[in-house]
Amino acid sequence: MTTIQSIEGEIEQHPDVALVEQVRAGDISAYDTLVRKYERQIFRIAQHITQNREDAEDVMQDAFLKAYEKLDQFQGNSKFYTWLVRIAVNESLMRLRKRRTGKMVSIDEDMETEEGSVPRDLADWAPDPEQNYSQTELGKILEKTIKGLPPGFRVVFELRDVQGLSTEDTAEALGLSIPAVKSRLLRARLQLRERLSRYFRQKRVTRGAAVKKSDNAGTVSEL
Amino acid sequence: MTCTEFLALLDDLIDDTIPAKTRAELEQHLHACGHCEVVFNTTRKTIQIYRSHELYELPSSLRDRLHTAIMARCKKGC
Repeated sequence: MTTIQSIEGEIEQHPDVALVEQVRAGDISAYDTLVRKYERQIFRIAQHITQNREDAEDVMQDAFLKAYEKLDQFQGNSKFYTWLVRIAVNESLMRLRKRRTGKMVSIDEDMETEEGSVPRDLADWAPDPEQNYSQTELGKILEKTIKGLPPGFRVVFELRDVQGLSTEDTAEALGLSIPAVKSRLLRARLQLRERLSRYFRQKRVTRGAAVKKSDNAGTVSEL
Repeated sequence: MTCTEFLALLDDLIDDTIPAKTRAELEQHLHACGHCEVVFNTTRKTIQIYRSHELYELPSSLRDRLHTAIMARCKKGC
């Protein structure tokens, strides 16, 4: 859907559509605007799938170049960003395949696990638990935690919860059904919650207000 | 409502995509079930933390380099 409905019921054009039209008319600066708008998000998606910084850099470049080359094929029946994400996901999977010496890689792999679909750690978290860690420590915890999920869960979580795409756009970008996106999102959220509990759960305080060493499980040295 | 039924609708509750009647039933369950309350609150917190702490940030120097490379190749016709 390239359009959004205004309050009056008129059809408004998505701002990207005008930029795409300008690029097609030969205005390269309009493509510069599109690249600037989405390069950070595309880099993050590539990192989530490839888990490799150099690959993510290459994917980001290749995705924007391929989108530029194929711009005539962009029909306008999807959003430009959704179309771009689909290109970036395919490029990321190709990189993974190369690293795995030609083994087929898809966004559907490692989906059999039932891990995390039922919450096990039911301890409450400390208030503002992220405050107990420095920004660097927190970054390492979040990265390590999300790395433990299958790529298909990571990218659904990134698109839906971090970048704020709708379920429909996420499904289109990843070539998945809406029920598949919903199922992955729930499992991704629950698995991340379960894994973060290790770091963020309230520490039990013994008499004398000393924190028991054994309860202080989530230290950064373990990362 | 059972905990399993609550869990099946957890995402809809978090994303606020449910009718008022279903929301009321879920909230009623939350008041009565400490475990589901913890799961609901900590799942919401999980999303909030990931949203506010950007992973894989692109440093501006690298961003500029990649951006320049992309645009240079586009100008050449890729």
